Parts: sequence; C-alpha cells; structure tokens
Amino acid sequence: MTIEELPGQLAEIREDFLALEVRERLQLLLEFSNELPELPERYRDHPDLLERVEECQSPVFIFVEIDDGLVHLYATAPREAPTTRGFASILAQGLDGLTVEAVLGIPDDFPQGLGLTEAVSPLRVRGMTALLARAKRQIREKVAA
Amino acid sequence: MTVETDSSTRFAEFAHPERLVSTEWLAEHLGTPGLVVVESDEDVLLYETGHIAGSVKIDWHTDLNDPVERDYIDGVAFAKLLGSKGIGRDTTVVIYGDKNNWWAAYALWVFTLFGHEDVRLLDGGRAKWEAEGRAYTTDRESAPTVDYPVVERDDAAIRAYKDDVLAHFGNPLVDVRSPEEFSGERTTAPAYPEEGALRAGHIPSAQNVPWSKAVAEDGGFKSLTELNGIYRDGAGLKDGDDVIAYCRIGERSSHTWFVLTHLLGFEGVRNYDGSWTEWGSAVRVPIVRGAEPGAVPTLK
Repeated sequence: MTIEELPGQLAEIREDFLALEVRERLQLLLEFSNELPELPERYRDHPDLLERVEECQSPVFIFVEIDDGLVHLYATAPREAPTTRGFASILAQGLDGLTVEAVLGIPDDFPQGLGLTEAVSPLRVRGMTALLARAKRQIREKVAA
Repeated sequence: MTVETDSSTRFAEFAHPERLVSTEWLAEHLGTPGLVVVESDEDVLLYETGHIAGSVKIDWHTDLNDPVERDYIDGVAFAKLLGSKGIGRDTTVVIYGDKNNWWAAYALWVFTLFGHEDVRLLDGGRAKWEAEGRAYTTDRESAPTVDYPVVERDDAAIRAYKDDVLAHFGNPLVDVRSPEEFSGERTTAPAYPEEGALRAGHIPSAQNVPWSKAVAEDGGFKSLTELNGIYRDGAGLKDGDDVIAYCRIGERSSHTWFVLTHLLGFEGVRNYDGSWTEWGSAVRVPIVRGAEPGAVPTLK
C-alpha cells in the first residue's frame, strides 16, 4: 500500500492535518489527545493485558483486539503526556474497524506523512511510529495464534 | 531594568539566589512590567493543555535547535524568537516546565549562551504550581513583538565540545544519566526512545550522579546541605574545580549545570551537549563499561 491508497478514515485524518498550517496542526493533535477514549471496562482492571510501548517518552500502553476479523486498538497514557495521547488517539480512531489486512498494509512511515515532523519534531514523531509497529506486531501474533 | 528578585529565605543559602523564584513570588508578580514567563516542556503540547496566565511557550526542539545542523540557533534566529515572545534584552525571564524543570533548565542554559542576563527558574516548575492548586489558562499565546538585538552565541564559557572533553581528562566529569546508562546496560534512559548511540558505557573517570538527585519531593531543589552532600562529599567536587557535565543530549546535564553553577557556586562549569549520542558513536574515543568511573585514559 502506498500513502495514496490509505484506508478512508486514515486518509481523512492525514488530509485534515495537511490542510492546516503547521501551528494549527498542534491544535488538531490536541483535539485528538482530548478524544482518546477511556479504556473499556474489561481492560481497566487488567493492566497486564496492555503492552507498554518503550519507545515513547511517556508511559503509554496499548492493546489490540481482533473481533470478527476487524481491528480495535485501545490505549492509555497520562494527561501530562498530551502528545503521546494524541498519537495513540490518531491510531485508535484511524485503525478502528479496519480489516487485519488493511492495518498490516498501512505503510510503517505513515506517521511521517502527517505533517507533524515540523510541528512536533522528527524525534517525537518516532513515538508514533513505534506505536504503529507495536500494534501491527500484536495483530500478527494474534492472527498466528 | 529588572524585576526585583525573590528574597525568600529559602533561597538565601544558595550562591546565586536571584536565579530562583518561588511559586508564591511568581503568583504575586504575574503581569509585572518587564517580566516575561516562559514555559518549556518535554511534551510539545503540554502548554496548550493549560499554562500560567500570560506565559509564552518556547520549545527545545522546534525553537532552540537549528533545524538542519546539530547545533543551537544563531544570534539572528534567537533575536527573532525572543522578540516574537515579547522578550527584550533587559527583560526578566522566568522559565518553568514539566519533569522537574528538566527542559526549563535546558532553555535557561541556551539563554545563557546568548548572554541573556536576567533569566530565572521557577522552583518546582509545573508540578509544584499544580500541587498548590494554582490556576492555568488555555488562552492562546499572545505577546507584543519587541526588538531583541542580534547577539552571537558565546559557547566558550559554559559549553564543551567533544575535543574539550578529550583535553579535560584529569579534571572532574559528571555523568548525570541513570545508573543503567552509565554502566552500559542501555544507551537510553529507562523508557525513553533510542536516540542512536552505537556504543554503551560512560566517559572514563566520570562520576555518576543522576540529575534527579538534586530534586526534592515537591519538585523543587534540595537544600544547600543536601546538595553539598551529593556533589561535594559524594562526587568529590572541590572549590576551584573545572567541571564538565554530560548526559544523552545535554538536557539533563543542563539541570545539573544549573545546580553546580547557580546553587553551589562553582565557576567554569561546562555542559557537554554532544553528550552520549555523540561520544557513544564517535570513532576512537575511550569508553568504560560497568559501575566504576574507571581511570583517566591515556589518549591514543
């Protein structure tokens, strides 16, 4: 898959970011950050099910679920880490309900194409790249199991 | 014209008490002409979630670093940045931030490279301000544009390059990273992203004093007695010592640079901002692994 062939909802997120000036992209990232849903009840009491993403500067935990062949990603990160929350929220919304094949086909460098490298710096965007890689790895493990 | 200093007795014991302000002082002085409050965080979005009223944001990555070369911005860019934040050459600047002022201290150190005279830290940073239930606003940043003169950076006094470190052997070096990074178990801070050092360990003869040892439970700095215990008794630093501090990219060691220079009064402390991401990838520089500092090396 090339970046031009992204699934609709991810393509839309990308277009939304790219349509904005660099400064406004931070505001959109903040909106995503604020929209990161609470963990569903069934995971709240099971922190052991969540995987910590070590490459992110702030503690962030993700869990991928495959339901009927469709992917759902859950994540939690502290309020004091809004950038990390924003990254997790983009993926939670962007991947939700996609097929396993569609998610595995997302280019690994999708985060670099959001126009955020200028707004938040390339180093920080690496955290999102790591989140995507972890999510894909969890999916591969679940499919193989 | 500078704003009066914080004369609280709490800071009087330090070598340069005028470099710190308390949360109480800041709350009382917000809006004082000639004062600009700057927030500088690790997380680039934290300011947008809520900040001290009237403060402006300066980001270490996107504002203070040169976008192309691994260096700080030059005098022209610094003048443009500060002018756009309402800061003049004689403005009193108080910097605060997340993570116990880790990045705030880094910004203060960069301001010092440009010789900005009156720049202070808010003791305790965001954590203390929040713990005391003080207010934040989400108002958009607004500052009048003022003139800031173009002053070229003077790196010599407080910044060390790799060659300076090589020439420094025999004098004290302080490695402020975590014990795991120091011993060479890992090249990044626990839970931090890999920033690309090819070798693990530390610069020979460096004492390991993790930066956070200087921080008290409330996020502020520890007392003079405690700090003397850590740096003089513990790490063996003596008056008159010429010290170089380093970490991974120079941010944590800015915090230690502040402690040694402004709180303990050491003169001529330099921050090696190339730090481990440079040293751990450089060709033919000596490295020691393990928990011991190791001997002063004979250079090849």
